[in-house]
Amino acid sequence: MDKFVTFRGTVAPLFRANIDTDQIIPKQFLTRIERTGYGAFLFNDWRFNPDGSKKADFVLNDDRFSGASILVAGPNFGCGSSREHAAWSILDHGFKVVIAPSFGDIFYSNSLKNGLLPIRLDNFLVEELAARAEGSAALQLTIDLEDRLVSDDKGRLAAFEIDDFRRYCLINGLDDIGLTLQHEDRISAFEAKMGR
Amino acid sequence: MSTLYDKIWDRHLVHQEEGKPALIYIDLHLIHEVTSPQAFEGLRLAGRSLRRPDRTFATIDHAIPTINRNLPFKDPIAAQQVATLRDNCREFGVKLYDLDRVEQGIIHVFGPEQGLTHPGMTIVCGDSHTSTHGAFGALAFGIGTSEVEHVFATQCLQQARSKNFRINVEGELPFGVTAKDVILGIINQIGMGGATGHVIEYTGSAIRGLSMEGRMTVCNMSIEGGARAGLIAPDETTFEYLKGRPFAPKGEAWEKAVDDWSGLATDEDAAFDKFAEIDANSLEPFVTWGTSPDMSVKITGAVPELSDARDSGEASSFERMYEYMGLEPATPIEKIGIDRAFIGSCTNARIEDLRAAAKVAKGYKVSSGVNAMVVPGSMQIKQQAEEEGIAEILTDAGFEWRDAGCSMCLAMNEDVLAPGERCASTSNRNFEGRQGRGGRTHLVSPTMAAAAAIAGHFVDVRDWKFKS
Ligand code: SF4
Repeated sequence: MDKFVTFRGTVAPLFRANIDTDQIIPKQFLTRIERTGYGAFLFNDWRFNPDGSKKADFVLNDDRFSGASILVAGPNFGCGSSREHAAWSILDHGFKVVIAPSFGDIFYSNSLKNGLLPIRLDNFLVEELAARAEGSAALQLTIDLEDRLVSDDKGRLAAFEIDDFRRYCLINGLDDIGLTLQHEDRISAFEAKMGR
Repeated sequence: MSTLYDKIWDRHLVHQEEGKPALIYIDLHLIHEVTSPQAFEGLRLAGRSLRRPDRTFATIDHAIPTINRNLPFKDPIAAQQVATLRDNCREFGVKLYDLDRVEQGIIHVFGPEQGLTHPGMTIVCGDSHTSTHGAFGALAFGIGTSEVEHVFATQCLQQARSKNFRINVEGELPFGVTAKDVILGIINQIGMGGATGHVIEYTGSAIRGLSMEGRMTVCNMSIEGGARAGLIAPDETTFEYLKGRPFAPKGEAWEKAVDDWSGLATDEDAAFDKFAEIDANSLEPFVTWGTSPDMSVKITGAVPELSDARDSGEASSFERMYEYMGLEPATPIEKIGIDRAFIGSCTNARIEDLRAAAKVAKGYKVSSGVNAMVVPGSMQIKQQAEEEGIAEILTDAGFEWRDAGCSMCLAMNEDVLAPGERCASTSNRNFEGRQGRGGRTHLVSPTMAAAAAIAGHFVDVRDWKFKS
């Protein structure tokens, strides 16, 4: 997993509630057995017409947001299925952060395991960010994971919460499995105790 | 004083350090073709072994066709995915219930049916509807592919403890109201993110009164309310269902197990973080009208109007949904005609669901404008339905009778809605495009789906003239 470093990026606004994983990455792309290459299919049915041409009115087809690395979305983002392909496709498309008022539980955990940072902020703040991003000049934000701060060019906008341990793993690019295997003796002892 | 969830959690706690997620042990790991290939690959790349192949079980369900399964798949990428699962299972020593086995079926139908799901277990699968197994009083939840790999390598998961949510459903279900209507009613009340961060325990006389099939339907859709898992405390109904199944304990071990399972209940004074109460007597058959599972109304109701929205955000979702679903506000539900009916999925494709649908269909014909399909949850259910004469009733009525799989629940195979087609579906998700791009899904119970298939539009199954 890549280490998450503090960075500055452009916001793409997609402020809809309950954006589910079926929208993020439709099932026709789940038959692949690779972990990479899903960015091309991100929001496929919203982004493309059935003939493959781009839908003009979708945010990711708007040139202003072509290099965006921060997605601002509505409440309950990533609800629905457990497909990790959702996090993979968002990352592969070039996003590093998703800001939303709330997230589906499985999506939230999948994101952290892949180095995609999900940030929960109050609904009104998120809505305001989305509105500003919709405005003419591209909105740039700085995300500081160390201090848990979201800032714009004028300064600090909001602090966000994230579990200390998860933050530590993100910053250091740590692999969960490696960490768990340090407890091998405990796992074996547990198995011995339960008799199998 | 602890809840059932707390008790199962505590039993499986391997290690806990201040400020870190807990390490919990996983008793049963179920896998299928879609969310496992990248996890096996990760294992291979890191040179790790699969720690407990004896606790890992696989079947094939998501991407497979439901007819002509003996022929080569039309979709070469799906064929490759299935072949990859076979290779991986062979390489890592995992038992695979392949397409030639009578046990094959949707993973969450397969597990309970084979007696793999026991009360008090921790069960995971790379699939959000793993919550189904909670019907047995097991802590069962969906995980992502990285976590699948984590369980492969360690048989453990790093988890933060969830909060406790109790949903009490008291009373007696009126005639024609099923477990599906109970859960649609609950999600309607708590909202789609209503249980995020929580594990739900369903309690109350209406829940106790449900069969195991019904309890699985309820727990299955816990995730549609945002919950990590759903739980129902085990009782005689649970033990009765499990007894004698292939992987259920036998003889003396069975007695011991039942003894242990009988103690798996929430203590009387245990505190819950959240609580909701549902009056079973007031429930009616539900039909979803929008593109999220909480957007349901009673069959006697109508598509809501903009003025019914709780806030401006909901009003703008309503507008999107009217357009996507091709519905006018205030349209009575019974006036909505359908093109397709789908009876299947891990929500409603067990034997009891098929029996209920057949009871409605008996002596009738599917409406001429409707294509109706029944996809049993497992090949074993298919066989049983054929032996009981249910299959014949359904095919006589004009329903297509398919092989087991997820099929049009997520439409990864060729069972797909065409753009604009409207479907009465017994599955669990009505998201945009879920059953095919531009397809319009209305979630209902099996009896409501069968009745709609025959009438050509939604009807109140409580008024149905059953022909026996
Ligand atoms: S039947 Fe549907 S919900 Fe159930 S496992 Fe298959 S795709 Fe998922």
